[in-house]
Amino acid sequence: MKIAVCINYVPDTASKIKLTDDNRIDENGLSYVINPFDEFAIEEALKTKEKFGGEIFAISAGNDAKKEGIKKALAMGVDNGILLKYDGYMDPFNIADNLAAQIKTLGSNIVFFGRQSVDYDNGITGLLTAELLNYNCISIVTKLDIQGNEVTAEREIEGGKEVVKSTLPIVITTQKGLNEPRYATLKGIMASKKKVIEEINITSVSNLVENVSYKLPKVKNPGRILGSDASAVNELVKLLRDEAKII
Amino acid sequence: MNSKILVILEQRENKIKKSSLETIEAAKLFASRLNYNFEALVIGNGIENLDILQNTGLSTLTEYKNSDLELYSPSAYKKIIVEHFNKLSGEIILFANTSFGKDLAPRIAASLKAGCITDCTNFDFSDGNIICSKPIFAGKAISELKVNSPLKVFTIRTNVFKIVPAECKLDIITEHFEAPDLTTKVIEINKQDSKLDVAEADIIISGGRGLKSPENFALVEKLAQAFGAAVGASRAVVDAGWRPHSEQVGQTGKTVSPSLYIACGISGAIQHLAGMSSSKYIVAINKDADAPIFSVADYGITGDVFEILPVLTEQINKLKQ
Ligand SMILES: Cc1cc2nc3c(=O)[nH]c(=O)nc-3n(C[C@H](O)[C@H](O)[C@H](O)COP(=O)(O)OP(=O)(O)OC[C@H]3O[C@@H](n4cnc5c(N)ncnc54)[C@H](O)[C@@H]3O)c2cc1C
Repeated sequence: MKIAVCINYVPDTASKIKLTDDNRIDENGLSYVINPFDEFAIEEALKTKEKFGGEIFAISAGNDAKKEGIKKALAMGVDNGILLKYDGYMDPFNIADNLAAQIKTLGSNIVFFGRQSVDYDNGITGLLTAELLNYNCISIVTKLDIQGNEVTAEREIEGGKEVVKSTLPIVITTQKGLNEPRYATLKGIMASKKKVIEEINITSVSNLVENVSYKLPKVKNPGRILGSDASAVNELVKLLRDEAKII
Repeated sequence: MNSKILVILEQRENKIKKSSLETIEAAKLFASRLNYNFEALVIGNGIENLDILQNTGLSTLTEYKNSDLELYSPSAYKKIIVEHFNKLSGEIILFANTSFGKDLAPRIAASLKAGCITDCTNFDFSDGNIICSKPIFAGKAISELKVNSPLKVFTIRTNVFKIVPAECKLDIITEHFEAPDLTTKVIEINKQDSKLDVAEADIIISGGRGLKSPENFALVEKLAQAFGAAVGASRAVVDAGWRPHSEQVGQTGKTVSPSLYIACGISGAIQHLAGMSSSKYIVAINKDADAPIFSVADYGITGDVFEILPVLTEQINKLKQ
């Protein structure tokens, strides 16, 4: 069995985002990490392999920097890494199209994605890839059970969980709660250094969605400190009623 | 005239959700700026609260009905919506950015080869283009985007579009839908204990490590009860196992924009601020006057949560009597 896990390498969540003079995201000084939701995808791929055997392929699309993310996945225990290489902007549809082609070539019928990249926050690449492959898909998954061809999963919804049934082939997008991602061991890190990341140049078709410009959110004026003990509560309640008109 | 805009309403237990009414507001904006008609579609098994759609500005609703369709089935819902939209020769589909809309919108976009933008907070219409704003990096920046394809799918962030009544007669067409494709299907919903979810609440009371122990969250819960609010949490207390993950607010939890957000014993780490700083009013209660949470708070009390929360709860309860 070939298991695919599609990962992204994104600015650390602790990053402050700044814009360049021409209103693009200023990438200077940003440090990068594996997209936090993709760690759950990698962990679930490893667990799936432990259960059924097989081989795991981590796939990332983008520039050379994404190789660092793939290396981290290899260090966690993933078997192979593939970089779908391009420079510049591709919209999620474009990325999904290329990922789908690669997954088809590999012939993997279980595919994991993080539920969302915490950079552009689209949350659609996994679902688009599934549709383009004509695979089933369950998104935002917090519990997964695969028995033969049958898949049962829990997905997070507002106010609870949905229990979803489907079948292979399937794309699962992973949410916190699904598992506890393991740390890379020293042995894993050493072994990963010997692995070769396959590089495949991809080409972009026209983007369906295009960024026009970026902005920073309005900075709030510093608010009022009403006091340092319970005597400030009267004032707070008054403001919530008269100014904020919430009560 | 055929509707060019289709709004997908969402039901839970055959009741249409409030976020769907906000999506109708977005459709009204599109319709007026583009001079298009809009209509709505809902899939379920006999909607019980159709009256909430009266005088929203919606004039046509198609209800697809089948006993297997009360619970969500991505495979079935996708086919119904795509077929309906093709019959209309529509151009734009709108969803609320809920777990339902987030799941369904990209599937439909893929079937239609339509550009898809999720979590939209604003639309500008200039020179015949639709420019959509969407928070990225969990709100640390805003991306302004344009869809190049003729067909477009958007999901609308909840709690952003205000519901404005508009006198209007509503026609409802009921279609009994036979033999849906149930390849992927929800078989049951496990509800969480707390009634209100942070993602849908108008008021959120959040607690952090400053509460010191899981038991002390009773203080937060009581205040939430007084306000009729949802309980939220920082990642620190979720990771510690004090609170369920569904309550986590922030970059790797839920992004929220309620009318009021009260942060109790939360320091305001950048990942937390990212998820809640677009709330309309923010109150911070924290012992440490230098805590970053105060930089986004409209009102702050630099004091002890154990002293302040009971007094605040009592006063709110009194006011509500
Ligand atoms: C990849 C990644 C993703 C993350 N995602 C998120 C996320 O989505 N959401 C999130 O919240 N965090 C997230 N974090 C964690 C974040 O960096 C912080 O660690 C976390 O938000 C801190 O939680 P806290 O404010 O409850 O705890 P602390 O930072 O420990 O703050 C506790 C606060 O309570 C105050 N306090 C203590 N006692 C009292 C008292 N008696 N009365 C009043 N105040 C008191 C203290 O002054 C302090 O400010 C993420 C981190 C990483 C690395």
